[in-house]
Amino acid sequence: MSPPARRPLKPIEPRYTATAVALHWLLAVAILGSMAVGATMTELAVSPQKLKLYNWHKWAGITILALSALRLAWRLTHRPPPLPVRVEASMPGWQRTAYHATHHAMYALFFIVPLMGWAYSSMAGFPVVWFGVLPLPDFVPVDKELAKLIKPVHGWLAYTLLALVVLHVAAALKHQFIDRDGLLARMRPGRA
Amino acid sequence: MKTLVTTLVAIAAAALLAAGPACAQTAAKLLPGSEIGFVSKQLGVPVKGGFKRFDAQIAFDPKNPAAGSVAFTIDTGSAGIGDPETDRELPKPEWFSTAKFPQARFQSSAIKPLGGGRYEVAGKLSIKGQARDVVVPVTLSAAGANHTATGAFTIKRLEFRIGDGEWADTSMVADEVQVTFKLALAGLGAP
Repeated sequence: MSPPARRPLKPIEPRYTATAVALHWLLAVAILGSMAVGATMTELAVSPQKLKLYNWHKWAGITILALSALRLAWRLTHRPPPLPVRVEASMPGWQRTAYHATHHAMYALFFIVPLMGWAYSSMAGFPVVWFGVLPLPDFVPVDKELAKLIKPVHGWLAYTLLALVVLHVAAALKHQFIDRDGLLARMRPGRA
Repeated sequence: MKTLVTTLVAIAAAALLAAGPACAQTAAKLLPGSEIGFVSKQLGVPVKGGFKRFDAQIAFDPKNPAAGSVAFTIDTGSAGIGDPETDRELPKPEWFSTAKFPQARFQSSAIKPLGGGRYEVAGKLSIKGQARDVVVPVTLSAAGANHTATGAFTIKRLEFRIGDGEWADTSMVADEVQVTFKLALAGLGAP
């Protein structure tokens, strides 16, 4: 008689791939950091510090855009694990809808917010030079009047993304500490 | 006495005759649409700016370029890059110090023809109380009855103390600033 197979301590659930987990947390830090810099820099008086923060913000934005493209490509070729059946079964319909809508909206804004920032910078006559080294093309012509109009839009969309991130984090914490369904483990950094 | 007066008149006449070729140079007129601009680099980003008010005294005949003379006065208070927040800073003491130095000047000392409508104009550039010798390449082309003069040259902003104090850091704003110009001129001789 062979020894009984060792039972896992908790049910093994499929996790996000290591690449998806790494991109998730890297982008979380980059996006929140970029938002903090963005909110700070606009309040400063003209100074080298302000100029530095504006450029860091732009470099971060382009990096976020590039990593988001990579992340989307990864997601489309590596399907994320479906919600565990017991979790999905316990979710009311509106929560399932909100779950999908929030993720889709966040993904859309990962692209729209940096693109609006890039467009604003180009329109205002400040082409973006990535990390001060790589000049990026202006995909819109210089138009200072239009630049004034879209500047606040970039900010509003960033705050919309921030609100969605807050909602996303609140939902994750609810699953962890109220539902105690271990859903967070699928995105936890480190080994499964 | 009469001899003295005659002599003086003769000297004056001779002086006038000697000055003749220079006086014969017709003064050209700067037409609207003329531009004097600059490109500075902020953390590697080329940022275009310009001066809205400037004037020129140009006596130049392409047939006799060496006898020509070019002088510019530029209102430093008219400098701008098109960003209102930055433009409010430019007249301040760290930048152009407009209250103390309302005008920048250029005065040519020699004009050397290079052929093909190209010239080298050497002269003195004075900004913010600092004077430096510069050599400005100019390309002259006919535009109907008028002429267009274009060119660009590079100056070092710190030699003129433009961007002083905390702005002296060239890793933020590069020392080299390109000055560009496109001048529409009326009343220049045929090239």
